[in-house]
This record gives sequence, C-alpha cells and structure tokens, in this order.
Amino acid sequence: MDRTHLKYTLSWAGLVVMLFVLIAVMTIFDVIGQYGMTTLVLIGINLIAAVGLNLVIGMSGQFSLGHAGFMAVGAYATALIASAIPNIGGFILSLVIGMSVSGVVALLVGIPTLRLRGDYLAIATLGVAEIIRIVIINLKITRGPAGIFGIPNFVNWQVIFGISVIVIALVVNFVRSTTGQAIIAVRDNEIAAASLGINTTKYKVIAFVIGAMLAALAGGLRASFIQSVSPQDYTFMQSITILIIVVLGGIGSMSGTVVTAIILGVLDVILQNFGPLRMVIYAVVLIVVMIFRPKGLLGTSELSLKKLLFDTGDSHDNHSKNA
Amino acid sequence: MSSILQQLLNGVILGSVYALLALGYTMVYGIIKLINFAHGDVYMLGAYFGYFFINVLHLNFFIALVLAMAVSAGVGVVIEFVAYRPLRQSPRIAVLISALGVSFLLENGMSYFFGSDKRAFPQAIATVQYHFGQLQISNIQLLIIGTAVVLMLGLTLIVQKTKMGRAMRAVSADQEAAILMGINVNRTISFTFAIGSALAAAGGVLIGLYYNNIDPLMGMTPGIKAFVAAVLGGIGIIPGAALGGWLIGILETLTQAIGLSDYKDAVVYGILIVILLWKPTGILGKNGREKV
Repeated sequence: MDRTHLKYTLSWAGLVVMLFVLIAVMTIFDVIGQYGMTTLVLIGINLIAAVGLNLVIGMSGQFSLGHAGFMAVGAYATALIASAIPNIGGFILSLVIGMSVSGVVALLVGIPTLRLRGDYLAIATLGVAEIIRIVIINLKITRGPAGIFGIPNFVNWQVIFGISVIVIALVVNFVRSTTGQAIIAVRDNEIAAASLGINTTKYKVIAFVIGAMLAALAGGLRASFIQSVSPQDYTFMQSITILIIVVLGGIGSMSGTVVTAIILGVLDVILQNFGPLRMVIYAVVLIVVMIFRPKGLLGTSELSLKKLLFDTGDSHDNHSKNA
Repeated sequence: MSSILQQLLNGVILGSVYALLALGYTMVYGIIKLINFAHGDVYMLGAYFGYFFINVLHLNFFIALVLAMAVSAGVGVVIEFVAYRPLRQSPRIAVLISALGVSFLLENGMSYFFGSDKRAFPQAIATVQYHFGQLQISNIQLLIIGTAVVLMLGLTLIVQKTKMGRAMRAVSADQEAAILMGINVNRTISFTFAIGSALAAAGGVLIGLYYNNIDPLMGMTPGIKAFVAAVLGGIGIIPGAALGGWLIGILETLTQAIGLSDYKDAVVYGILIVILLWKPTGILGKNGREKV
C-alpha cells in the first residue's frame, strides 16, 4: 500500500521491538526481579484473555460472564496433554486442543442463546462456566478439587510477549476485516444490520467463539506457567477480573484493554496488602465508571500512532503535529 | 413411592424460596428489562437483617421477618436509585455491569465488614416434626410454604387490584405510553424494586431459619437458579416465576435423590440452555412480535 501505511506499520513494529528490548534489558540487569517477571507474564496472560472478551463485549455488544469457564477448558487441556507428552510439540498440541474444545463449547452455547435479543448470553455463559467447573471438580481424570500439579513449563516472558503481540495484531486486523465490520454493524444497530442482509446471529457467534478460543489460549499458557491448575482458579471471580480490565479500558477499545491490563497488573501488586478491601474498591470503581463513563474510560476510541505521527490534517488535535 | 413423595415435598419447600426470589427477577425484568444481578445479594442481606433483629434485638421471628423485608425494600430502592437510574438512557450492557458491580460490592462489603465465615442463624422457632403416614414435615417447612403462598397472594392482590399495581403493569407494557397517561415511571420502578427486594429478603430469612446458617456468598447460587426459574416460567410473567421456582426446586431435589447431588447445580444450568433452545419465552410465555 502507500508509504504512510508502511511507515505506520513500521513504527508499530519499532515500538514493539523497543518494548521487547526494554524488558530484556530489565531482565539482564535484574531490575524487576523474579516477582516482577511473574507479574509481567501474568499481565500478558490476562491481556490475551481480555482482548478475547473485548471482542465479545466491545465489538459484538454481547455480554459474556463465562470467560473463566473457557480459560479452565484451556488450562485443563494443557494440564492433561502437556503432562502426558512433556515436550514442546505436546504443549502446542494441548493449546490447539484446548482452543478447539473451548470453541466447540462456545458454538453449542452461542447458537441457541445468540439467536435471541437481550441478555440471555450473560446468564447462559455464567451457567456454562459453572457447569464446566462442576464437571472438573467431579471428574476423576481432572483430579477433583485438588487439581493437577507438576505441569511442565514451556512459557517464559518472551513466549507470552510474542503471543500477546500476535493475538493483538490478529484481533485488530480481524476487527477491520469485512467480518469484523459486520460484527460492529450488528452491535451498533441489529435491526439495521439485519436489513442490510447481515446474518446477525452468525456474526455474534463468530465473535463469541473467537473470544472463547482466546480465553482457552490464555488458560493453557497460564497452566503451563504456574505449573498447576485447580478449579478454584477459574471461578466467577476470574471472569470478573478479566471483565474489569475490559470495562475500565473502554468497551470496544483494544488499546484501552492493553493499557488497563498493564495498569491493573501493577496496581494488583500494590494493593495486594489490602486483601478483601481490594475487591470492595473494584466493585465501587465498576459502578462509578459505569455511571459517569458508560462506555468505559477510553470509550471506543483507540490510542493511535497514526494520529500521533502522521497527522494528515483531517484530525482535529493540532497538538499532535508537535509530537 | 413414599420416598418420591417426600422428595417432591422437599422440592416444593426449596422451590418456594426460589419462587420468592424469581418473582423479584421477573418483575424487574418485566419493567426495565434488566437482569438484576444484585437480587441474590439482597436475599443475603435480608437473611443478615433477620439475623440482626432476632439475635441482637431479640425480636419475635415474625416481627423480625417483616422488619427485614421492610429494610431490604429500602435497600432495593436505594440500589435502583444510585446504580441503575442514572443509566436509564445508557446501553443495556452498562446497566448490567453496574448491577454486577452492586452484587460484587454487597458480597465483598459484607465479607469485609462482617467476616466471610458462616454464622449460625438463631433457632427462633423450635423445630417440631409432624408425620403423615410415611411423610414427614417440620413446622419450619410448613412455615416456608405458608409464608411463600401468603406473600404470593399478597403480590397478586397488589399487582391486580391496586393503583400502583396497575401502574406497574402499564409501565411494563409500554413505558412511553404510561408516561403519557400521567404515570410517574420513576416512582413505579422504585416500588417494583421495593416489592421484589422485600420478597427476596423473606426468602433469605426463611432459608436462614431452615438451613441454620448464613454467609455473605449465600445469595450467589440461589440468585442464578432463581433467574433460571424466572426464565423457565416465562420472564416478565408473575405466575411463571412461581411455577418456575417450584419446578426448579423439585428438579434439584430429585437430582439429589437419584444420587447425582454433585451435579445438582449443573442440571439447573443445563435446563436453562435447553429452555433457551426450545422455548425462549418460557412455559407460560407467549410469542410477542418485536417492535422496531
């Protein structure tokens, strides 16, 4: 395409490389320590899950409350398969199987519930997440409430960094594709979209299935990184954690999700000492943000390099010319 | 045979509490199309208020029940006023998230200020077992069914016979037309939340007395099940909520009776998916045309 587009893509790539080098330097000189490194990896994992949820909530306008259930599917797939085949091939296979199973479950739940208007998906996904958890607790192969330990670790910060970048790039481009635009059209006005010949159910289901698959990916990576899984890790609370990232960042804003995932990950470390009060604070923040900014802090707007660097004159922010 | 009858009876008792909760969901959904996620937590608050009135103020059980209902009604009105009313014109998803925030706030707030441990609910009424042939039923079980039925009859009277009830039906049928007819929509919605919360609180106090313990998260699972009950009966339809509540209660008890008690919650959620697939409007629902 034209030179602006190339420059734009290159500057994003440059930014990603710079960030990568920054983290690498921090690791070499041991600035952030082991604990900081773990936090960084967990931020990346939450980010992948949150990008998936934002596709469902922000782009297709459907409300899913079962993200933890889909993460659990991915986590247990990795726990079982990577433990049985403890090499990189087995790990990749486990991620693929986890994502596939999760996608199929999402398809089975999505088709009946997404035909309907209204908020049935919220309750149905909540129910499905609970069903998944109950099944995991009661099956022999998943070793009940105790969970599975000693899962081989194939994940380090470089892997998470790479996968996060790929996922974000794929999802952002997906949203700009014809399918992605159809999904947004359904969100903005379902009746208008249907009258233009868009199969509204189909596009809502597509967004939901992709969201569920990304959740499973995040779950699988997490299981391998922490090297253990247990049903308590994937309760309703986990769904809420991911939801908060999406809501605060801006429902429909991918860059908002990225920024919030990082800020909340760091905040979590700081607020660790507050224990239960942290949850009270999150609850109040959730209500207050909804009352004053019903679309989340960033709304649907994106932080855009294009606006910062290549202001072509159609943008209103003049200060960006100085950047 | 007698054991099946006994299980059915137990199911009806549990179902009565689900029915009380489901009524609140269905009324709120009927009037502002919101799944009130905080409803299960109002039930939890009701149980705590009952605990407070009986344990600390040493009131008679029935006075405590009525007071807990009254205070919870107030809480329901405040929740609507603070967290839902400012979002009346916002996208639906914003109100849902706000409702979730309220639910989260009540659960974690109660855990933070009053501890997350289970508390023993005072035995305000001594348990007496009655035997009818091979069936046995306690006075507390009779009390639950009796209270639930009395409250449901009361609700029917309010909705069908009073001016406020007529306003509720009008707002739920067509909000804009209701405004044109001079109905104060805000007051009607507040009233709906008050009634729904009072019924939930009654359920909470009764279940506290029945199971002998309460905790800040006790509303989560019954809340979801009651919502499933409301959908099963036909969301927005008041008799449907009662029917759905009893059906879910019976189903849950029967699942336990056939030895699948580990899966009793999963069965209820499974039912939800089946209804959405087969008849999304619920058992008593009619297919209405969607308006553009």
